[in-house]
Amino acid sequence: MSDVADRVKKIVVEHLGVEEDKVTENASFIDDLGADSLDTVELVMAFEEEFGCEIPDDAAEKILTVKDAIDFIEKADS
Amino acid sequence: MRRVVVTGIGAVTPLASGAQNTWQKLLNSQSGIKSIDTFDVSDIPAKIAGLVPRGEGDGLFNAEDHVSIKDMKKMDDFIVYGIAAADQAIADSGWKPETDEDQEATGVLIGSGIGGLPKISEATDLVNNGKTRRVSPFFIPSCLINLVSGQVSIKHGLKGPNHAVVTACSTGAHAVGDASRMIMLGDADVMVAGGAEAAVCRLGMAGFAAARALSTSYNDTPTEASRPWDEGRDGFVMGEGAGCVVLEEYEHAKARGAKIYAEVAGYGMSGDAYHITAPAEDGNGGFRSMRNAIRNAGLNPEDVDYVNAHGTSTPLGDEIELGAVKRLFGDHAQKMSMSSTKSATGHLLGAAGAIEAVFSILAIHEGVVPPTLNLRNPSEACKGIDLVPLEAKQRKVNVALSNSFGFGGTNASLVFKAV
Repeated sequence: MSDVADRVKKIVVEHLGVEEDKVTENASFIDDLGADSLDTVELVMAFEEEFGCEIPDDAAEKILTVKDAIDFIEKADS
Repeated sequence: MRRVVVTGIGAVTPLASGAQNTWQKLLNSQSGIKSIDTFDVSDIPAKIAGLVPRGEGDGLFNAEDHVSIKDMKKMDDFIVYGIAAADQAIADSGWKPETDEDQEATGVLIGSGIGGLPKISEATDLVNNGKTRRVSPFFIPSCLINLVSGQVSIKHGLKGPNHAVVTACSTGAHAVGDASRMIMLGDADVMVAGGAEAAVCRLGMAGFAAARALSTSYNDTPTEASRPWDEGRDGFVMGEGAGCVVLEEYEHAKARGAKIYAEVAGYGMSGDAYHITAPAEDGNGGFRSMRNAIRNAGLNPEDVDYVNAHGTSTPLGDEIELGAVKRLFGDHAQKMSMSSTKSATGHLLGAAGAIEAVFSILAIHEGVVPPTLNLRNPSEACKGIDLVPLEAKQRKVNVALSNSFGFGGTNASLVFKAV
């Protein structure tokens, strides 16, 4: 697992208060991890903070799963 | 009119977490006031406050007992305290509404004087430092005053009236009084009512200090700073916490065999129409609020055994209140007891009226009146009435009256009676 994936999952565990093994790459924040719309806004802010990047609103709207987040950040990084 | 009784109590105070834990420390003449060590007070003249003792163990406040870590960031401390006091009061009452009908007949009315001042202060820093995008989506719901009632209703499934009071330091008393009226008028059968406050932060301390309202002469001896009616008093001491009661229609409580602490017998209100922070010099607002509450209870002043005073330890306010009490009660003032529990807790602002309602209820229920700490040398105008100096006193209390007066000239008095 990449370093980015590890860090993303750690943030998800902390912010949504879910068990680590539930945070699979395909897990949807809202459908599988119990987040509401405000939680997802805050998650995106936490990703921005952690990775020092800016995630515009239209991109944030498409980040629905753990994998979406990892992919976006890896792309932004490269 | 339907009768309303108290069937559950909860308190998170500078003395302890838990109504009974707090009460025992109060009766033992302990103080919850200490030096502020959680933030910088070097540039603020008042450096002490009544702070909720945190930790794990009996009597200590552990936020995680009431709110998950995930949800903690969605609420400022006043909401956490409010939820905790409500949890305690609801558990104490044994009322667990599960059917739609019962849930819809159970409401919440918990207020706050100021709301989420610490979070407002933090978010303001972000915005003023070009970090607008860092403002949390939970910022607004973390500091809105009615979110105590909202969070409590969500946690316990209470679908009746959901309301909040904001009347500065009268908030807690108004909340209990208004909630009792909702039950009397049939809007609900059960109400979870109270007040919560956590404004002990740099902004809150700086604001009250600027208004010259706080004690500043006892920074080195914090437990001696809150001294209502004493010659050495020099202002109030900020406190934080929450108080909550479960109010219930009398027949409803009887039918389920609930423990009944006391009856909410009367509620009175008034406005000073005088000044934004100072009480009217003749004490007319407090006088009318007490008179209205006693009249509303269908009682006479001579029926009152104990007054839990507003008594904040300010040079002006304490004597004005006492003057109003003497005028209203006449000769009977010499026969009753009156104390200020703010001497031990500090002034919990919007929560004060609610925890003092709890103390008044316990005075009736347990036949003991709590002390006024540090009252060694009463001012000349404060003689001729038993102010319960230094130590608690056993005495039968059939009727207790609790006063709360707030900035803006808003006054509320509650009368509780043994059932």
